[in-house]
Order: sequence, then C-alpha cells, then structure tokens
Amino acid sequence: MTDVPVYIVDGARTPFLRARGEPGPFTPVDLAVQCGRPLLLRQPVAPEDFDLVTLGCVNVIADEMNPARVAALRLGMGPGIVAFTEQINCGSGMLTVDTGARRIREGRADLVLAGGTEALSHSPLVFRQEAVEWFAGLQKADGMGDRLRKAAELRPEFFKPVIGLERGLTDPISELNMGQTAEVLAYRFGISREAADAYALESHQRLAAAQEEGRLNEIAPAYDRDGGFHDHDDGVRPDTSLEKLAGLKPAFEKPFGKVTPGNSSQITDGACWLVLASEAAVERHGLTPIAAIRDAEWSALDPSVMGLGPTLCVTEMLKRRGMGEAEVDLWEINEAFAAQVLACLAAWEDAEYCRDVLGLDEPFGTVPRERLNVDGGAVAIGHPVGTSGARIVLHLAQEMARRGSNRGVATECIGGGQGGAMLLEAA
Amino acid sequence: MRVLEHLGETRLELGPAHDAPAEGPWRLARDEDGIAWLVLDRGDGSTNAIGRDVLEGLDRALEDLEADPPTALAIRSAKPAGFAAGADIRELKTMTGEEEIAQLLAGGLRVLDRLEAQDYPTVAVIHGHALGAGLELALACDHRIFVGNAHAGLPEVKLGLHPGLGGTVRLPALIDPVEAMTMMLTGKPAYASKARRLGLADAVTEERHVRAAVQAAAKGQLEKNGRGWTERAKASYPGRTLAAQQMRSKTEQKAPKEHYPAPHALIDLWLKAGDDPKEMQKGETASFVRLLGSDTARNLMRVFELREGLKKAAKGAQDVRHVHVVGAGEMGGDIAAWCALKGFRVTLFDIAPEGIAPVVPRAAEVCKRAHLGGAETRDALDRLIPDPDAHGVPHADLVIEAAPETEEIKRDIYATLEPRMKEGALLASNTSSLSLATLADGLDRPDRFGGLHFFNPVDRMELVEVVQHDRSSDATGERLAAFAAALDRLPAPVADSPGFLVNRALTPYLMETLLLLGEGAEKEALDREAEGFGMPVGPVELADRVGLDICLSVADSLKHDVDRPMAEIPGWFREKVEKGDLGQKSGTGFYEWSDGAPQKGNRAGDAPQEALDRMILPMLDACVECLRRCVARDEDEIDAAMIFGTGFAPFRGGPMAYLRHRGVKDARASLERLAEAHGPRFTPDDGWSGLD
Repeated sequence: MTDVPVYIVDGARTPFLRARGEPGPFTPVDLAVQCGRPLLLRQPVAPEDFDLVTLGCVNVIADEMNPARVAALRLGMGPGIVAFTEQINCGSGMLTVDTGARRIREGRADLVLAGGTEALSHSPLVFRQEAVEWFAGLQKADGMGDRLRKAAELRPEFFKPVIGLERGLTDPISELNMGQTAEVLAYRFGISREAADAYALESHQRLAAAQEEGRLNEIAPAYDRDGGFHDHDDGVRPDTSLEKLAGLKPAFEKPFGKVTPGNSSQITDGACWLVLASEAAVERHGLTPIAAIRDAEWSALDPSVMGLGPTLCVTEMLKRRGMGEAEVDLWEINEAFAAQVLACLAAWEDAEYCRDVLGLDEPFGTVPRERLNVDGGAVAIGHPVGTSGARIVLHLAQEMARRGSNRGVATECIGGGQGGAMLLEAA
Repeated sequence: MRVLEHLGETRLELGPAHDAPAEGPWRLARDEDGIAWLVLDRGDGSTNAIGRDVLEGLDRALEDLEADPPTALAIRSAKPAGFAAGADIRELKTMTGEEEIAQLLAGGLRVLDRLEAQDYPTVAVIHGHALGAGLELALACDHRIFVGNAHAGLPEVKLGLHPGLGGTVRLPALIDPVEAMTMMLTGKPAYASKARRLGLADAVTEERHVRAAVQAAAKGQLEKNGRGWTERAKASYPGRTLAAQQMRSKTEQKAPKEHYPAPHALIDLWLKAGDDPKEMQKGETASFVRLLGSDTARNLMRVFELREGLKKAAKGAQDVRHVHVVGAGEMGGDIAAWCALKGFRVTLFDIAPEGIAPVVPRAAEVCKRAHLGGAETRDALDRLIPDPDAHGVPHADLVIEAAPETEEIKRDIYATLEPRMKEGALLASNTSSLSLATLADGLDRPDRFGGLHFFNPVDRMELVEVVQHDRSSDATGERLAAFAAALDRLPAPVADSPGFLVNRALTPYLMETLLLLGEGAEKEALDREAEGFGMPVGPVELADRVGLDICLSVADSLKHDVDRPMAEIPGWFREKVEKGDLGQKSGTGFYEWSDGAPQKGNRAGDAPQEALDRMILPMLDACVECLRRCVARDEDEIDAAMIFGTGFAPFRGGPMAYLRHRGVKDARASLERLAEAHGPRFTPDDGWSGLD
C-alpha cells in the first residue's frame, strides 16, 4: 500500500427524492447530469480535462446503457472521455471512488469524476417468465393456425407484473429480502423494536437540524422538466415521534417482525459526484482539497447476514494501519436498516465476535453516537443504492473539513453479503 | 486531432459529376453503369436558386442526353445546404411586363415537361431543402430520394404567390390532393418521414447510400406510393367542392383575401380545374402572372430581401460559445432557452433559485415548437444550466442582462459581474427603455458593453435590436450582431435613443389606443380595426401580451426622454397596473386570459371614426422621426425592424412602404388634421419635409 495522496477536491449531489409510487422526474443519468453540471461549472478546470469518469448504478434503465458514459457525454466532457459504470450493489458509489483513487495512485489519471446514481422510482415492471416465453413463442409461430394455437395459451396471470425493485432487493442465494436480513441481525444481536425506532427518530432529527442549519451544502438543486424545483432531501420527517414510529406495522416479516418502513432506509432517487485529483493536478490547477483518501477495503460474508459487512472491512482496514476506534474522529455507517447499524455497533462491542470473527484480542470498542452519522443517515435521507456510498464519503469529507477532524471512516453493508469501507484524512 | 475531425464532413455523393467541367450552373457526367449525374452548383452561395440560366442549362443537358440516352438520370445539388431554395427572387422582381413573365414561365414549363417526358428513369436526390421552383423541378422527375431529414415544400404563398412552374398541377397529381393543397396554402414543408408517408419521397436514405438508391431507381426497384381510391375521390369535383369550402374559411382566418389574394386564387383554380391538368396549367400561369404584379407580392418579395439584407449585414466574427443570462423572468428565460436551442452553452442566473425552475418546461416547449427530436431536446435542455450561484460568469463569452428595468438594479448587477468576467467577454443589456450610455457609466470597460434587445416571444419574433452607445466599440456592435445572426435572429443596428426604434414607434400607437379606450371605444372593435389593417394582433391584445407594466414603464421613460408632445398616460391605466392587472402573465389585463388566449366578446360594434388613423399615424410619425434622427440607417431598415419585431402588416411592406404607398402628402395632411382636432401629439415631425 503506497501512500501517494489522492484528494477529494469537490463534490455535489442532488437532493434525495423519495419514490412516490410512480417514476420520479429524473432517470439515473438525468440525476447525474443535474448535480454534475453545477459541479463541473465551478471547477477551475474544463470538463474535457478529466481523465476518467466512473459511476455506480445498480438499476440501469434500457435507454441508458453504461450510464457513466452517457452522463459524461451529456455533461460536455467531450467524445474522448473514458467512462465506465461499476456495480457492487449498495457499495457501487464507493467502489467508483476507490477505483478513481487507485487510478490516480497508479499514476494513470490526474483528475477523475467518480460517483453514483440511482433512480429506484424508475425500476421497471418485469413480466413473468411464463409471459415472456409465451410472447417469444407467438413471435416464432408460423402460419395462421399455429399463431392462433399459440395465442390461445395466453393466461390472465401473465399480465400480473412483478415489480423489479422487489426482486432487486431480494438476495437470490438466501432468498431473503434485505429487510429479512435485518430481522436476522435484530434477533441475533438482541436489537429491540424500541431501540431501532429510537435510532430512526434521531436520524430524522439530525437531518432536520442539518437542513435547518444549512450544513448540507453538498446539495445542488435539481430542476425537472415540469418546472419542479428540488432543493432538499424530501424524505425527512422532522415531526415524527416514537409514538408514530411505534404505530407502524412490520414491512417484511408480518406480524411479529421489528423492521418497519419507519426504521428502514427509504427508497429514493439521487446522484452524487466527487472530483478526485492527484497532487500534481491540485498544484497545476490550483485546486483546494477538502480531504485525502487514505485507504479502502472490501469484505464479504454470508448473504443472510449481509448487514454485518462493515464490521469486517472497517476492522481489516484499520488493523493494517495499526489503528482502532480511538483513531477515528468521525463515522458514516450507511443506514440500510436501523437494526442493522445497531447490530454492527453491538458486534464491535462483543468480545467473542471481535475475537472469533475479527481476530481482535480486545473488543473493537464503542462507536459513540455523537461521532456517528452526525447529520442523519439513509433512514431519513434515503438510500438510492448505487449512490449512497459516494454520498457518505462526500459528506464525511465535508463534515471533517468543517470540524477540523483528522480522520474519518465511511462504510456500508452491501446486499448479497459484502461490505465496503473508506478511510479519509484531513487534506 | 479527434477521429471525427480527421474523417471530416460527409462528402456529397455526386458520382463522376463531382469532377466534371461546369457548363453554366450545371455539371454532367456518366458513371460506369451508364447513369448520368447532373449536378446543380449555381453561384457562390450555400444553396441554389432556380433562374433562367438553370432552366436553359437543363434544357441543353436534356438535349445532349436524348442523343445518347443514359440508363438513368440523377439530378442533385452540389451545395452543402440543400437542393434549391426556390426561384431567383431578384430575377423575378426585375420582370415587370406580363408578357415577359408569361414567356419566362412558358420556357420553364417546356423544359420541365421535356424532363418529365424522358424515357429513362429520372431521379431527384434531395438533401437539405427543395423549396418552390426547386421542388417543382424535382416533381418533374420520376422519383425523389430524400437524404437524411431533408424537407421539401412550395412556400410561394409567403411571397404573395403560388407555384408557377407546374407545382399546382404536379403536386396534387402525385400525392393526396388535399395534402398537396394544404402544403401550398400554408407554405409549410414536409420533412422526410412525412414526405415518405405522403408519397412525395420514394425513398429516404442517408448520404452513404445515395449511390445505391440511385442504382435501385435505375433498375426500376424503387417502389412508388400509388394513389388509392380516397385520393381519387378527393380529386373529383364533389370532393374538391367540399374540401375547397373548408380551405376557404381556414385561409380567410389566417390570410384574408383582401390582403393575401394568392391562396384564394389557388383554391379557385383547383376547384375549377383540379381534374384537368392542361386547364390547370393554363390557369396557373395566368394567375401567377397576375399575382406577380400585385402590391402584395411586390411587398412580400421586398420583405424577403430585407430579411436577407439584415442577415448579410451581420458579417462580424462569431466567437461566442458560452452565454450567461442574468434574470430568469419571461425575457431572460426565453432568451436563455433560445440560446441553448441554438447550440450555445447557457448558464441562467436568478436571485431566487426556484425562479429558474419554470424556464425548463418553457424551454422544452420552445424545442417542441422548433420540431426538435427527443435527443435534440434533451441536449438543448442539458445545455441550459440553472446557475443560482453564478458560476457561469467567468466562463461566459457574453453576459446578457435581463433584469428588472431599474437603473440601480442593473448597475449593481454590472458592478458584481464585471470584475468576474473574462478578458474579451461582452456585456449586453436587454433593456427596452433605459439609455445604454447611462447604464455604461461606471463600467470599467464601456467599450465592450452594448444592447441586445429581443422581442417577445423570443422564439417567434426574429428581430434583435443591436444597440451601440457613444462609448461602445464598433467591434462590440459587430460581435453582438454576429451573435444574433448565429441565433438565427435578424440583427438591426439602432442608435441609443429613447425606445430605440421599435418601442419608440410602437408606444404612440399603444398610448393612442389607451386614449381611445378612455373615450369609450370598445377594445374588441379597436383590435379588429387594426387587424383589418393587417396587424397580426390588435393593440389592446398586444399590450396584454407584452405586459401592461412593461408598456407603462416604456411609456413613462419615453414621455420623460422624448422631446416632443406625447399622449398623456391615463391615470386609470396606471391604477390598473398598480392593481396587478398586468395582462396575459397575470391572467387579467384588458382581457381575461385563459390557455394563452384572450377571451374576446364578439358583439362589439364599430370603432370610432378615424380610430385607425389615430392609432397608425402616430406610429408612422415616430418612424419618420427615427429616420430624421438616424436611429435607423434607412427606410428599409425601419420596415424590416417593424415587420420582424412587431409583425407590422408584411403585405404592406412595412410602415415606410405603407406611407409611400398611401402618399406622404396625404398622411401628413391627415396628421395635421388630427392635430387640430385632438392636440399637438399629432403634429407631424420635422422629418416629413425630408421625405418628398
């Protein structure tokens, strides 16, 4: 691991917009363009001067294959820009930042635009496999008689669509929905419904406070084609309460489950970009770093307990640098589910887990709430899966700079059983 | 060098005619398949006009070919912009005697008949545009192949004419006759996909396949859309009678017979002889000769030339790529949208970030009206960047300020803009009522500051007044004019004088309308009177559209700045504005507005006597004053500006042409009479004595 510095010099994201049961105003690339335009506009370098664009996106729509390249061209970065899309499910937006940082460290790039985008509200309706086969058969049918015979095989249930998003949020190996994996963790680590709800409440309160105090200047307002103006994360519920949260029914394992829509991350649309620069690019263009990317780590585990991913990758990353919790000033753990974050925290305090799984002689320790997700997390802000990784890195960098912190960690669990972590230091 | 730059522009497929020697405007050569390629390359322009030399040259070429017939004949243009833009207007204008015109037409018709009569397949390959006589030439071929999104049409009505080289015969015979008539009556062209559907195009292909398409036509492999029984029914006399009725009433609404005789003559002709090509052709020639001599056609042809003149005058270098617009109000937003549509990168600033939001759907609407496709619209909207933090300023080559009409506000804006602008960037104001010289006070670089005055609605009004003040450099004026031309607008250089040209002339007209309303005249009656004269909308509706607040501010500043008696601004009008009745934009003005249209009553009686003169003459008087004070260069420019900036009755050729037609003496005497009856605001300007 060389320590060639890689700088985050700027970044911007769209407001995260809650999916409201119909396709939102922006496609994945629209979102990337919305926050990319003002971000590029304020750089002292021309869009054509970038060396690479890499964008995370899980639910790519048919009109936007390789959304990174489509976005780069729509952003006026020129025909010569190399751009690729990366996908590791919920960690995609952080994977791209890691990729960009590696390219810079290798000396193969000086300026990289990296980020993520996701429009979960645009998840397609998927036809059932039987319906697809019937339709294919009809297309191939030869002659009137054959065609009629084939047509007669049509069944009404063929038209019962399957919502793609629902399938996307279900792990195909364990056949558990993501919410169910959180139920598993809540059970294994004894996270109560009340604790999860209390955590969720605080997430909303923290986001509301950050909005009120204007601490989310990473947001670039988005303008849609119908004249809509979007300037804040609209999933926030500043007026929610423990009572209200307690009234919600379990979403995934009825009727006894603990994971509700209130203590889960919200389904939203949003995009986020970071501008990464080498030392040479910073000097050449007079850029101002806000943080340096020091390290990153990726780990994997059984899909049914994917929510514990962060405990593996973070511990591994800090261990090799001889660091522990005490060396980290600020934390961002993506809130896929309140119970899942709390399970990670509990696991790090659990001596046996830390010894047997993480190979630590002592428990990792307590991550104090006042240094964790200080401006709220995905429960309040929302979790556009391909974007969240980039968002937590950007917000961590900005908040570290604001507080003058030395070191911060951003980490997320990843559907399918993985985890990703990134270590930032003051620039 | 980029790959595409290296590959260069796609070359037009001209077969062996590419290198053949020119004979007049044509080049002719045969390829190895025996296909003759006849290529039109007339003059130095970017497109062809069909003149006498073109038809005579074609005649000679056909004669050569008849001696040794080719396997097929492909006719196309070597000009990058298109096949042909129409007849040579200048040549037409010099024709005065009816005999001379009839002879020219007969000669042309004979050549096209000869082309039609050739035994081998003939193909017109059309890229870009084939308009007027250009399409008539293509119609005499067996096949028409459209390249890319080429368009073709017969827009002669826009010049006060109808087709005269057999178009009225061949187009209705080729496609659905009602579609053909609609194309000729509206002048609207058909783009490739529609042309294919109509059967006007036998094939639509890309440049890279032109040779293969011509070869297919030579082998008789191009399928033609035949006419079905519905088309035949429509062409029958009962069919024509029914259709002609509808055409008449629609045409009367848009182009009343009294002012625009051509489309009505065409309907009459078709009804009478639509099923008899010989009769139809005879009638076409007779009617064309008559129309060409009419005032309407003479005026409209001059208007066409005025437009070309304004375009050509903007010959400065166009070096603007990024435009920063300050103010996302109606004008600022529409200017930004139009710039983005025309390919510029645009940043749009407004004090209120949410104030920029309504511009996006409006821009999408403008793209739709401009027939942009889905991807083109997306790209235009991507280029239109809402910029509430004004990050665009240091990137901009041109900053257009479209802020509220207050000196202090504008000066404050300039003070923050100027230090952030890059070296060599231009600053322009869209002010309609403030003096540029005054606004330039306090600027570090007044030499690079000027006026770019757009008209509402920006996407439809072609005029842009380019205003220079006493300290702006000539280079600034030229660069601003070149930029306006790059926007496909018509730049008219005007002096920094109160109201510049158009508002100076329009304001007395609107003010007099207010006085008439105050005297009890009905608004619908006044509008109808002006529309009867030929204005696109009457003055009351116009005021509502422009915005009563804007009218008031322009009137106030003119009254303050102009050193001549002007109408008093009625107190009730000021109160109306203060109350918030601003016209279309507030939903209520003189009219109630819904869905972009004023709710007009239709029971209004007649306008008061002399109402029309009271409205129109003060406008003419202001034009005369502008001419005297050199606000505009000459009468041509005044006519052009009033037509393209306000829609002043084009068939009258503009205010100065109207004045000349009516008679200087008569108009002046009428003004003097009105001055006696109504006061000194009608007293003729000193400039009148210079007109004789």
